[in-house]
Amino acid sequence: MVELSAEQIAKLKALGATQKETLVKMGDDFKKEREKDAACIYTCNATGCRSGGSVSVIDAFRDALAAAGLSDRVRMVGTGCMGLCASGPLARVEIKGREPFLYKQVTPDLAQIIVAQHIAPALKDAAAPLNLSKKLAGHELSLKLPFFTKQTKIVLKHLGHSDPENLGEYIANGGYRALMKALEMKPADVIDIVKKSGLRGRGGAGFSTGLKWEMLAKSAPVGGEKFVICNGDEGDPGAYMDSCILGGGSHAVLEGMMIAAYATGATSGWFYIRAEYPLALERMELAIRQAKKYGILGRNIFGSDFNFMADLRYGAGAFVCGEETALMASLEGNRGTPRPRPPFPTEKGLFDKPSVINNVETLATVPAIILGGADWYNAIGTATSKGTKVFALTGKVLHSGLVEVPFGTTIGEMVNDIGGGTSTGKKFKAVQTGGPSGGVIPASEFRMPLCYEELKKIGSIMGSGGMIVMDESDSMVEIAKFYLEFTVEESCGKCTPCRIGGYQMLRLLKKIASGKGTRADMDKIRDIAAAMQRGSLCGLGQTAPNPVISTMKFFADEYDALLNKGRKG
Amino acid sequence: MAEKMDEETVAKVKGILLPWKGKRGNLIMALLRVQEALGYVPWEAMEIASVELNVPMARIYSVVTFYNYFKLKTPGKVVVMVCDGTACHIQGSPALVEAFEKQLGVKSGETTSDGLFYLQVVRCLGCCGLAPVVVVNGKTYRTVAGEDVAKIIAEWRAAMG
Amino acid sequence: MVKLKIDNMEIDVPAGTTILEAARRVKVDIPSLCYHRDLNPRAACGICVVKNKGKTLRSCCTAVEEGMDITTRDPELIETRRTILKLVLSNHPSECLTCIRNDNCELRRLAATFGLREVPFDDITPSLKDRPIDTSTDCIHIDSRKCILCGRCVEACQVMQKIHALTYLDRGIKSRVGVAGGLPLGDSPCVRCGQCTAHCPTGALTEEDHSEQVWALLQNPDNHMVVQIAPAVRVALGEEFGLPVGTLVTGKIYTALRNMGFKVVFDTNFGADMTIMEEATEFVKRFTNRICLPMVTSCCPAWVNYMEKYFPDMIPHFSTCKSPHQMVGVLAKTYYAQKAGIDPAKMKVISIMPCTAKKMEITLPDMKSSGYQDVDYVLTTRELARMIKQAGIEFTKLDDGVADSPLGEYSGAGTVFGYTGGVMIAALRTAHFLITGKEMAEEDLEIKPILGIDKGVKEMTMRIDGSEIRIAVAHGIGHIAEVLERVRAALAKGAEPPYHFVEVMTCPGGCVGGGGQPCEVTDEVRIARANGLRQDDKQSKKRCSHQNANIQKVYKDFLGAPNGEKAHHLLHTHYTARPLYKK
Ligand SMILES: Cc1cc2nc3c(=O)[nH]c(=O)nc-3n(C[C@H](O)[C@H](O)[C@H](O)COP(=O)(O)O)c2cc1C
Ligand code: SF4
Ligand code: SF4
Ligand code: SF4
Ligand code: SF4
Ligand code: SF4
Ligand code: SF4
Ligand code: SF4
Ligand code: SF4
Ligand code: FES
Ligand code: FES
Ligand code: FES
Repeated sequence: MVELSAEQIAKLKALGATQKETLVKMGDDFKKEREKDAACIYTCNATGCRSGGSVSVIDAFRDALAAAGLSDRVRMVGTGCMGLCASGPLARVEIKGREPFLYKQVTPDLAQIIVAQHIAPALKDAAAPLNLSKKLAGHELSLKLPFFTKQTKIVLKHLGHSDPENLGEYIANGGYRALMKALEMKPADVIDIVKKSGLRGRGGAGFSTGLKWEMLAKSAPVGGEKFVICNGDEGDPGAYMDSCILGGGSHAVLEGMMIAAYATGATSGWFYIRAEYPLALERMELAIRQAKKYGILGRNIFGSDFNFMADLRYGAGAFVCGEETALMASLEGNRGTPRPRPPFPTEKGLFDKPSVINNVETLATVPAIILGGADWYNAIGTATSKGTKVFALTGKVLHSGLVEVPFGTTIGEMVNDIGGGTSTGKKFKAVQTGGPSGGVIPASEFRMPLCYEELKKIGSIMGSGGMIVMDESDSMVEIAKFYLEFTVEESCGKCTPCRIGGYQMLRLLKKIASGKGTRADMDKIRDIAAAMQRGSLCGLGQTAPNPVISTMKFFADEYDALLNKGRKG
Repeated sequence: MAEKMDEETVAKVKGILLPWKGKRGNLIMALLRVQEALGYVPWEAMEIASVELNVPMARIYSVVTFYNYFKLKTPGKVVVMVCDGTACHIQGSPALVEAFEKQLGVKSGETTSDGLFYLQVVRCLGCCGLAPVVVVNGKTYRTVAGEDVAKIIAEWRAAMG
Repeated sequence: MVKLKIDNMEIDVPAGTTILEAARRVKVDIPSLCYHRDLNPRAACGICVVKNKGKTLRSCCTAVEEGMDITTRDPELIETRRTILKLVLSNHPSECLTCIRNDNCELRRLAATFGLREVPFDDITPSLKDRPIDTSTDCIHIDSRKCILCGRCVEACQVMQKIHALTYLDRGIKSRVGVAGGLPLGDSPCVRCGQCTAHCPTGALTEEDHSEQVWALLQNPDNHMVVQIAPAVRVALGEEFGLPVGTLVTGKIYTALRNMGFKVVFDTNFGADMTIMEEATEFVKRFTNRICLPMVTSCCPAWVNYMEKYFPDMIPHFSTCKSPHQMVGVLAKTYYAQKAGIDPAKMKVISIMPCTAKKMEITLPDMKSSGYQDVDYVLTTRELARMIKQAGIEFTKLDDGVADSPLGEYSGAGTVFGYTGGVMIAALRTAHFLITGKEMAEEDLEIKPILGIDKGVKEMTMRIDGSEIRIAVAHGIGHIAEVLERVRAALAKGAEPPYHFVEVMTCPGGCVGGGGQPCEVTDEVRIARANGLRQDDKQSKKRCSHQNANIQKVYKDFLGAPNGEKAHHLLHTHYTARPLYKK
């Protein structure tokens, strides 16, 4: 790298300061624009709703507005995920002076009717009562549903409410203020806030983010470099929190990464996002381009001494690459096989340089903490699990979607209130958290508050936030088999306990599921599980037995029934 | 084995690799881009990448066989992705997988003998709220039921002439 | 130094020591399977788990830390290890009775140590049925069914040797070790160095066994059986019979071979002396006339193969000399056959080598200068050890024999061929004589800067009679690319080459660490074996190749002058560029 002269540095600093002003102005301009609008239509433009046709819905809205001569007065915004994906495409109509109104399952035809019957009359006469046809009324989704009212949104706050591709809007919503604030603090103080906030990694293990940063801050750069890596691999099948956060709030993740870098002395950042998430990749690529263009990424950022660059790499379909050492191997262009720790990535990480790896949601939370302060964040949640957590609530639940709740919310509140009960009318049987590494929680335990410790106690884990709801028709042995099949398929194959142990355990489980199993097979499963938990090299193998062990514990009767079947037959 | 690549394709592959030369963490990205362009990663493209990116073939091949995303053979013209992630599984995807396998006469990862359909069982397409989900050449089918399978196949058979 | 407790024993060890190595110092042998002291730990098997204050970790790859409190055995750890081993066995064919590695297989040994009496899990080996044994190289066999995926071979091939022939394919339960594209090893960049076989703990990677063929030849009384042993064999074979590493057992080997039925026992060391006559002459000629410098040695067939595949532009730099055992082979079937009045068609020459690549070398087109295949079979040190056992020979009790004339006598220079730097040392001893007409001083005969194995590339400048000879000696083929790149760059610029004479040995340490040598080689073993050869050199009455009287006699009676026409026809060869992959 070329050393810059004092004069050049002074110039860069001045440029940085100007860039800061430009950005602030950009946000203000956007706010002024927004004030002028008489109404706004927010249509979800995230993966779920896009697959339901939201792109053509947006087009239809635009056409209808133009035809009605309202294009100037009504803003059309394609947003990030609004949360209730199962009912999508969603569109929220916000008219000044009126309550916001949410439509579900919107089609292009319906979009035209919404403009004609709802928006146009309301804009013509501010006092006109809302007079919707039966058809339109049938598409209302009440914003008073517990699904909306019971959530506390920090990470998802702006997701369903802003255009992720509009940098001005991000700034108008307070974006990059946290970075500006952090740059005026000492790095150690930034770490201090994060430590005091109680933020724990959202990627699964729940390690204190502040402590991890402190470890990196202590490591000397190697070859002048230290890295921050954003883990956007999200391999848990049935979980898509990070996908939506990246797709709808890419700048927040980037801002969080930059704050982490400033606090730890990291010189550049890497996003590792799975190739299966085209929208998240596209939006992140755009965010990086925009940030470079406006001097958010670069040298002497906002006139400070902080230099930072970020780059993006794709994951190519391997669950194990979510594990941090495997992820680094993958970033380096190798097979994604984990290696033993120590050395920890903070000592010897990507390309053998000190690195810190943080989950998408973790990083997306950081700007809010810097702006809101440690005390504010620390006051949310339970004694040891602070703040909010995003969950992907799926399975046999009525309101399936993306939700954010404070830690301590009970499972019952999640599925009954927010989720609105089962989608099948049958009784709840259990929820599964933590994906393939987690376990089941039977309905009898639904009063349990969601936090790291409680989940661990019951034999599951927080994981990244997948929450699968099952009703009485679901077989727990089948669920265990499903997850184990997944981990066996996704085992990298490097170490024996996981490679052969998982495979043998699956054979035993299949035997039991088919009614041919014996008690001895159950014991063998327990033996293998113990060896995998203690002898596997990485978290995948160590936790792969969890779904089996936890269903064996809570639904022993189901296993018994299968064993007895074998005995009789 | 693989047919010889024509000059135009060789040039195309080299063109794709060019911007990745000398960059850190380039291999998987470059190979993904090659696959994007050719539908799969042919042996010869790996040989070119080996020279252009200065990576031994052994590593390229071991990488390509490690990650699910890479294909070593031309997939069919119509790629049918059936999600068997947890949410879809709970909502009945195993029956869908079975139906597709039966009606197309192939297993996951295989192409029909007429080269038309490529069936792939995937783990989560990121729209679990719509489970079970099937994506065909980029078009998403939500809450698919068993009886929809024949319709979907017929639709694409017709579309392909 | 780091202080820690292992099973309640306090111990101080240097920082960086692994827990497993530290435990060995307090005489605790933590069981291990994938670990090999010679290679980077891959941490694949999980057998070596221990606990540090209750937390499980792998001892083979975890460095000690101040204040650790390690438990190496408790019921949980023992159960974990036993279950892991049972899992391994459930995916491993039970073929010990007929397995080439059955007397020194690390897996079989571990199963015995653990006292497992049953494998409670399904036998899943039927799924391995579609993995045929890869015999495509005629040197190295891969029986992937017996592979436990320890990764040592890949580590040896990719990291130590930087060849990248072997790699990991697929993942999960389908993971296996193989060649890119699933190609046969014979169509891969493999140079047949055999380091993978010397490091494999099981019978998954082995030398191609030719002992049956050789027994068959020995049993036919019509055959005139000739055998020769390479330098490095004499300091390694003893290990297979429990002798200390590096014990020099030349005389016992001669006797054993005679007892096995060989009629004539020659020594490759004679060939090494012959090689030096040819190579030193060639070098002096090329050096004085500045032709294609640097000149590089050619007695290692894996290195030749490497250069043909990776650096074909360097072919003109190779010495055209055949390797020592090929020289003995061709001279046996020509000179000796004539002299002794034996029909060369009935003569069979067997070479006992530390090397797997030599099995390939004998089949190359140029290796038929006698009109017959000059060397009929190559047996590795390991194969010879097994054959001696099969013959019921009590090796350690044998008396010392002597080799036969005329291709049995050797000088100290011939024997040092077996370790890195040796060929160069031997060549310089003779080059010095050829250039100056004077012998090197006794105390200079061991050229210290190019001895030793701590550096992969050793460089020095030697002064002979006012001219400076720049020398490089590389061992472990992984180190050679940098040397060649340097040469390439200088030549491309038209500059003076950085070296005049380069010695390359594919195996780390040279042939003492060869791919056909007894397994479980480490640097200590390599050094001990090399020291055995140094002792052989020092105790030789004649220490330079040109002093070998029989060499002089063969030239006078038969070959004419070194590098002369006949010598060229019989003792020199050609090289061909080869593709890395055949597909
Ligand atoms: C098998 C396995 C898969 C994982 N997958 C992910 C993932 O998809 N996303 C993620 O952020 N962390 C994942 N993790 C956890 C990471 O290793 C790591 O702890 C995390 O990214 C650290 O970030 P955090 O401290 O912000 O949580 C996984 C761990 C294991 C063992
Ligand atoms: S979150 Fe809701 S509105 Fe957004 S894409 Fe998903 S379904 Fe559509
Ligand atoms: S536990 Fe499984 S995924 Fe992890 S390193 Fe071992 S084999 Fe690979
Ligand atoms: S490799 Fe070892 S355990 Fe396997 S069959 Fe051979 S001797 Fe027996
Ligand atoms: S060890 Fe056992 S199985 Fe093997 S030969 Fe002896 S008795 Fe037979
Ligand atoms: S013989 Fe040498 S080059 Fe060939 S596979 Fe083994 S280690 Fe690699
Ligand atoms: S072939 Fe041998 S050395 Fe290679 S991984 Fe298998 S068991 Fe280990
Ligand atoms: S180079 Fe090695 S194999 Fe060749 S003769 Fe010398 S010791 Fe033997
Ligand atoms: S160094 Fe010796 S043992 Fe190794 S390949 Fe070369 S000749 Fe053979
Ligand atoms: S993507 Fe569908 S609401 Fe989230
Ligand atoms: S589980 Fe099917 S889309 Fe997520
Ligand atoms: S010996 Fe340590 S993991 Fe295999």
